[in-house]
Amino acid sequence: MRQLSRRAALTLAAAGAALGFVGSGKRAPAAAKEAADQIAQFTGGKTAEKGKVSIELPEIAENGNTVPLSVTVDAPMAADNHVSEILVVADGNPNPGVATFHFSPLSGKAAASTRIRLAATQNIIAVAKTSKGEFFTNQKLVKVTIGGCGG
Amino acid sequence: MITRREILQVGAATAAFAAGGSAFTRALAQQRLTEDELLRFDTLGNVTLLHVADIHGQLMPVYFREPSVNIGVGEARGQPPHITGEAFLKHFGIPENSASSYALTDQNFETLAKSYGRIGGLDRLAAAVKRIRVERGNDKVIFFDGGDTWQGSLGANSSRGQDMVDCMALLKPDAMTGHWEFTYGEARLKELIKGLDYPFLALNIRDTEWNEPAFEPMKMFEKGGIKVAVLGQAFPYTPVANPRWMMPKWSFGIREDDVRANVEKAHRDGAQLVVLLSHNGFDVDRKLAGRVSGIDVILTSHTHDALPEAIKVANTLLVASGSHGKFLSRLDLDVQGGGIKNFRYRLIPLFADAIKPDPEVSAAIAKARAPYANDLVREVGRTDTVLFRRGNFNGTFDDLICAALLKERDAEIALSPGFRWGTSVLPGQAITVEDIHNATAITYPQVYRISMTGERLKEVLEDVADNLFNPDPYYQQGGDMVRCGGLGYAIDVSKPIGQRISAMTHLKSGKAIEPKKEYVVAGWASVNEGTEGPSVWDLVERYVAATKTLRLEPNTSVKISGG
Repeated sequence: MRQLSRRAALTLAAAGAALGFVGSGKRAPAAAKEAADQIAQFTGGKTAEKGKVSIELPEIAENGNTVPLSVTVDAPMAADNHVSEILVVADGNPNPGVATFHFSPLSGKAAASTRIRLAATQNIIAVAKTSKGEFFTNQKLVKVTIGGCGG
Repeated sequence: MITRREILQVGAATAAFAAGGSAFTRALAQQRLTEDELLRFDTLGNVTLLHVADIHGQLMPVYFREPSVNIGVGEARGQPPHITGEAFLKHFGIPENSASSYALTDQNFETLAKSYGRIGGLDRLAAAVKRIRVERGNDKVIFFDGGDTWQGSLGANSSRGQDMVDCMALLKPDAMTGHWEFTYGEARLKELIKGLDYPFLALNIRDTEWNEPAFEPMKMFEKGGIKVAVLGQAFPYTPVANPRWMMPKWSFGIREDDVRANVEKAHRDGAQLVVLLSHNGFDVDRKLAGRVSGIDVILTSHTHDALPEAIKVANTLLVASGSHGKFLSRLDLDVQGGGIKNFRYRLIPLFADAIKPDPEVSAAIAKARAPYANDLVREVGRTDTVLFRRGNFNGTFDDLICAALLKERDAEIALSPGFRWGTSVLPGQAITVEDIHNATAITYPQVYRISMTGERLKEVLEDVADNLFNPDPYYQQGGDMVRCGGLGYAIDVSKPIGQRISAMTHLKSGKAIEPKKEYVVAGWASVNEGTEGPSVWDLVERYVAATKTLRLEPNTSVKISGG
């Protein structure tokens, strides 16, 4: 069983967001398909527009067991128009679900940071949902290498 | 506007010599190469940047053969620095067999090395820097050390960087950044930095606990009546390419957003010129220059490229100053109203016989080498084959190391890291203890002996090949391909990871490598903590001593395509 705490062992800052985790900890088939399914479920089948979401991740992980991740959405945080959730999935992990961050207008900023575990080289995909029902997305490839031989 | 071919004056003056002829004597070559000519520069503008990088512990002049194979992929394909040999000469208009050709390419290396002699030496570098500071006026000159200065020789390793720090101090650099410096560990690095009269800049390192900047990011200079901001960028993949356990509290990375933020801050603080002192590697810097605006100059390093011209990418000038102390870069800039109006660049080859060494630094070098003086010059064996390392796939020095690993550790397959540092030894010369350490001096030298499946071996080759040939430079680590002994393979550099390597062959038996079969593998420079085994330099010394005179056959075990 993959424990939730291993995926996000160290929550550094969630910028006022309530932090929750996707999934029940069940062993899921390692597949980009499940990642896509989780995103489809999150958006209700709507296609997320690329942009507004910035993902801060290293290009090459120094340690796949704890990779620092920050995600920020460039969007207003007004009562009638704000980012309400950010879904993060890793499309090459045995369980692709990483986290869902929840926000309210009082969060002030749609930004969150945590550390994630990556089993192999893969894409990390973030999808933001706004209170108006819009979806924005971005992704970044993180390489997990055997290491050595550089220089 | 640009005098792009400053260096060619050197080439032209010596072009009259044809290599190989009996008239082509060392004395003649020396006669034509003078300090005045090497350092001659038509001063321009209001500020001068001097840059040296990747000295790798070399206090003395060296032979260093530039690569024959240096393949670029993606946008870098066929672009400098990814051209070599004749193509390089043609691209930059450098005459064959000229001094410049000898300094910058592999062409006729063995013959020209005997004529033009060694290049570099910290006392020659000191003399050049001192002279430029006097002639230009020190109020207009900034001198940068791009890093990989404190590692790479017996003296540097034994003194854990102290010999290099002590000698470099006399050259009074204005700032530095680093890479191998970190392999002395956090405590030692901090200790060495504390003793510097100049800042160690690294905007891209954060502490792993709080994710906060761990080093000074930038320094502002007032030179030539303008404000110059210098931002430091350490090698982004130090904890990946080198042992992370040696620097567990620091996290690196390219951190493009942090570069951008610091560039913006520099402008806000009134900088009229923004310089990135970078250890990213050339291709990474080329990409960065196209994505982060507001950097006027990137002083590149890490990939050891020596380019006789500054390369312009968007509005940024990229300078590549070579390695092992062979070159000093001089970039004169006319900065007006917050931009470069004009520039003149020259990559100055420091021919050791032509440049009068700085006596103070010569004395410091002698003092630094004194504790190991007898060891350094001790002859272990001789070589009939030129020994060199640089090249994407193999070099004769690594062929030697792999042969030593196979024999001394009774292994079927040997792996030697694709480091880009290490000096050359000419045919007919002695192989000294110093030569061996120049190719092996690291703080994790243990030679391991393990069993690996064919499948795992392929994974290793694929992984390293992707560090070199990923079309996106941000995923490259800037080393060369891992060197293999006892193992042949084919590589298509244009393919993605997992598909580049094929036809893996166990050379001794001529049989294909079987995925599930276990092979006995010896290698060194493991990034894993607690690796056990003898030091690689002892093992190579034993092998050379037993072999007496080394003669290596051309290495044809790697079949390359897609370049």
